Amino acid sequence: MKALNIIETAYRGTLEEQDDTIVWLTHALKGAGADLDVLLRANAVNYAVKAQKVAPLSFGDRQQKHGPDIANDIAGLIAKGVGVYIVKDDLAERGISDDELIDGLSPVSRDGLAKLLDGYDHVWHW
Amino acid sequence: MAQYLLIESRDPFDSNDVQNFYGLASGLAKEGNEVTLFLVQNGVLAARQNARFAALGAVASAGVEILADDFSLDERGIVTGGLASGVKAAPLDIVIDQLAQGRKAIWH
Amino acid sequence: MADKKTLTFALMDAPYENARSTTALRLINIAAKRGYDINVFAYEGAVFLPFAGQQAHPNPVHGHDAEQEDHPLPREWVEAVIKEAAKNGGKVDWVNCGLCVDERGAGDAVEGVRRGTPGDFWNMAESSDNTLVIPTK
Repeated sequence: MKALNIIETAYRGTLEEQDDTIVWLTHALKGAGADLDVLLRANAVNYAVKAQKVAPLSFGDRQQKHGPDIANDIAGLIAKGVGVYIVKDDLAERGISDDELIDGLSPVSRDGLAKLLDGYDHVWHW
Repeated sequence: MAQYLLIESRDPFDSNDVQNFYGLASGLAKEGNEVTLFLVQNGVLAARQNARFAALGAVASAGVEILADDFSLDERGIVTGGLASGVKAAPLDIVIDQLAQGRKAIWH
Repeated sequence: MADKKTLTFALMDAPYENARSTTALRLINIAAKRGYDINVFAYEGAVFLPFAGQQAHPNPVHGHDAEQEDHPLPREWVEAVIKEAAKNGGKVDWVNCGLCVDERGAGDAVEGVRRGTPGDFWNMAESSDNTLVIPTK
């Protein structure tokens, strides 16, 4: 069984979770032996931008350590053999150029999504 | 040829991304797949005959079956006689039917 | 039952926040009435759907006391679909993501809910006729 995890929503709860929960879930599923790839679309294409940096948070005397590092989490998926597709049209709409992105991504056009989906038994849009 | 069930819970008045999902439904149908677009929750707000939004007609023309959850229609006071061309009211049971058939199911 | 199916649902929304929670339980209810085997993987806020601490309240705006109001409690809907599936020869295996439970303090769940991991979700999907992910936004 091969599944495609589509990630659309970006920066939802990431400062509290220290990661994106679906990127995290994909790591956990891969670790459990799952055969799956990821498609970054809509605002989630920004997850592939190298320059993301979370400033340290503090609330009163409480210093919050370890903010999210989502670009590195995406790169980690690629390193584990998870194919990470990214929608070119969504990058262009947001003014994100290729040189801003991490390495190893597989660009796909919006028109090409129908063909991409053919290769999976399940398509899970998170 | 594969079979797809696309479930749209959002409406195009609130979310521009709905048009991309409609486009995916049309694209899958044009690739020769059998596609149902099931509108639920606020997704049915696009289904009124007089809505100033014509994109569902293009989806239907692409060969996509468009169904609208009867419960969601009732909840929003949309009468089945007032649905846009190409949209039919249907019970939520259809979703379970198509899941049981093994269709690739995508919720948006 | 020759046409008995197994369906898996992944849920993400906390109760009282979005219509998706209700639609998800409507879908599960339909499958339960058919006697299907149903797997649920509750992720993130959805672990509060079966939270045992949910309490009905009166509604002064409606002019109702608690009994008249019959306020919806998703934990009761979860319990009801578990019973409905069993009544019709099926079952509901409801797994709450353990880490999601811990960070939210949502450990007190109704009977029939167990703690699990993303690996459980993958195993559920592999052993099912189909899987529907209902995301949050």
